[in-house]
Amino acid sequence: MVDVALESGSAIAVGAQADRAKALQRLRIGDIVFRNITRAAAIIVLLILGGIILSLIQGAAPALHKFGFGFLTSQAWNPVTEKFGALAPIYGTLVTSLIAMLIAVPVGLFIAMFLTELCPMWLRRPIGIAIELLAGIPSIIYGIWGLFVFAPFLQQHVQPAIIAVFGDIPILSDLFAGPPYGIGVFTAGLILAIMVLPFITSISRDVFEAVPPVLKEAAYGLGCTTWEVSRHVVLPFTRVGVIGGVMLGLGRALGETMAVTFVIGNAHRISPSLLAPGTTISATIANEFTEAVGDLYTSSLIALGLILFVITFIVLAAARLMLMRLNARVGR
Amino acid sequence: MAIYDSRRRRNRVAKVMAVGATVFGLAWLVLILAVLLWEGFSGLSLAVFTQMTPPPGSAGGLLNPIVGSLIMTVIAVAIGTPLGILAGTYMAEYGRYDKLTIVVRFINDILLSAPSIVIGLFIYEVMVAQMGHFSGWAGAMALAVIVVPVVVRTTEDMLILVPDTLREAAASIGLPRSLMIRRVAYRAARAGMVTGVLLAVARISGETAPLLFTALNNQFWSLNLNAPVASLPVVIFQFALSPYSDWQKLAWTGALIITLAVLALSIIARTLAAQRKSS
Repeated sequence: MVDVALESGSAIAVGAQADRAKALQRLRIGDIVFRNITRAAAIIVLLILGGIILSLIQGAAPALHKFGFGFLTSQAWNPVTEKFGALAPIYGTLVTSLIAMLIAVPVGLFIAMFLTELCPMWLRRPIGIAIELLAGIPSIIYGIWGLFVFAPFLQQHVQPAIIAVFGDIPILSDLFAGPPYGIGVFTAGLILAIMVLPFITSISRDVFEAVPPVLKEAAYGLGCTTWEVSRHVVLPFTRVGVIGGVMLGLGRALGETMAVTFVIGNAHRISPSLLAPGTTISATIANEFTEAVGDLYTSSLIALGLILFVITFIVLAAARLMLMRLNARVGR
Repeated sequence: MAIYDSRRRRNRVAKVMAVGATVFGLAWLVLILAVLLWEGFSGLSLAVFTQMTPPPGSAGGLLNPIVGSLIMTVIAVAIGTPLGILAGTYMAEYGRYDKLTIVVRFINDILLSAPSIVIGLFIYEVMVAQMGHFSGWAGAMALAVIVVPVVVRTTEDMLILVPDTLREAAASIGLPRSLMIRRVAYRAARAGMVTGVLLAVARISGETAPLLFTALNNQFWSLNLNAPVASLPVVIFQFALSPYSDWQKLAWTGALIITLAVLALSIIARTLAAQRKSS
């Protein structure tokens, strides 16, 4: 009797222990599986980038092989004779982005200064959100608005005035030579400025807010004005972050497609006048890709995409490195 | 005294510039929304949601592009969200200080702002050129590639905010790590992760460039994802640039629909995020 009871008792114990071990084993396997699935997902993110680069290189290979380095320096764009060069789109991309940054950087910094130094507390959040909503509006909306509202307005009211004012000044008269088309490089640059404004504003505001109050109070205590505090204390302290934000905005401006496609005019030439139609890399691809006949044409467009990706990659990588450096400093 | 005056004057000028810049920025938002409401509302009617895109010169609606956009958005989110959440989980939970995480975070941030037209080219090369035809699947994949970095970013950020004491408490009662993540960390970070998905949806619902040469466009009613599929942004692009005034009218209406949807999504996302902060 005693023996039997003992035996059955220990059998139960052994059984329970085996169950326990099995459950633990299952949990351990589950753990390993889940960990590896998440790890694989993280690696897939890397593979996406690798895939983008490789597929672009592969697609661009025929054009790059045919035209070589001359692809970058040639202005030709002739689907009939199959002569393609990227200079005009590259020029358009750089110039529209430059115009955008020249306008958006000072405006964005002033808005950030307003939001952090001047604005009453209760208005800060609503205004900040409203500016950020500008970033939420899809780029095609900017495009349709630019085409039907903004470009005609510029054509009728603004551009004739610009042409008249700068007409007698040597260099500027070439930069702003007529006729007023409405659409063109200048208009595209203005719309890009509106589109990147929220990026620059929100990052500048965030880094301005991170300035230790002691620094500002010390400067105010010495009798500095609001402007002097912003210019000589806040801005130098946040320089790295601001440049990072500006580069981020620049990355956006360089790659922006739809808004520019609507208003740039898609002309494959480099005009000295900013008011003339031009084209950008992204607008060329968007306009012509589905209509491209022949492998060389398609390949040239993909090569344009590759150039765009390389440019934006460098700009964005520089922006991220700067912002990372900033975070490291704040963390310390 | 002169120097004080000039400093004060300069300060006043700067303040005026700051206020002016803010007004300038807000004016664009007001202008764009006002024109959009003005032009879009007049074309808004039931027919927009019940009829197909018309040939030029006749009446019609936007039913097929709206449905096409919805389908591709749902597929893109269904593919991109799990991938993004899993990758974000690795970065925040398993490999927070890994080299891999640092690299992925850096690459992910670049993908986040990469030109969307390049993503269209990528999917064209990988899917459209291989299959030999444009398709709704290719369009959905292109959108999914845009969803992933947004979700990765918010998931990682939100999981890092979860206090370690919660994780330690879960571990102390014997919960294995994978269960701790799924039952405790995900639950604590849920509002933020939902916000991320909503932001991703808002982002892709207006995307045009990656769809131009993946999903292409379709004049007719079609639910076949192996064929070209119409989408709202692409139809707006085509109609707005056309010379026909009734097409342009529909383009404005479509633009209004997209903008309202996107703004509603971002406002919902914001309220969710704000709730999280206050609780």
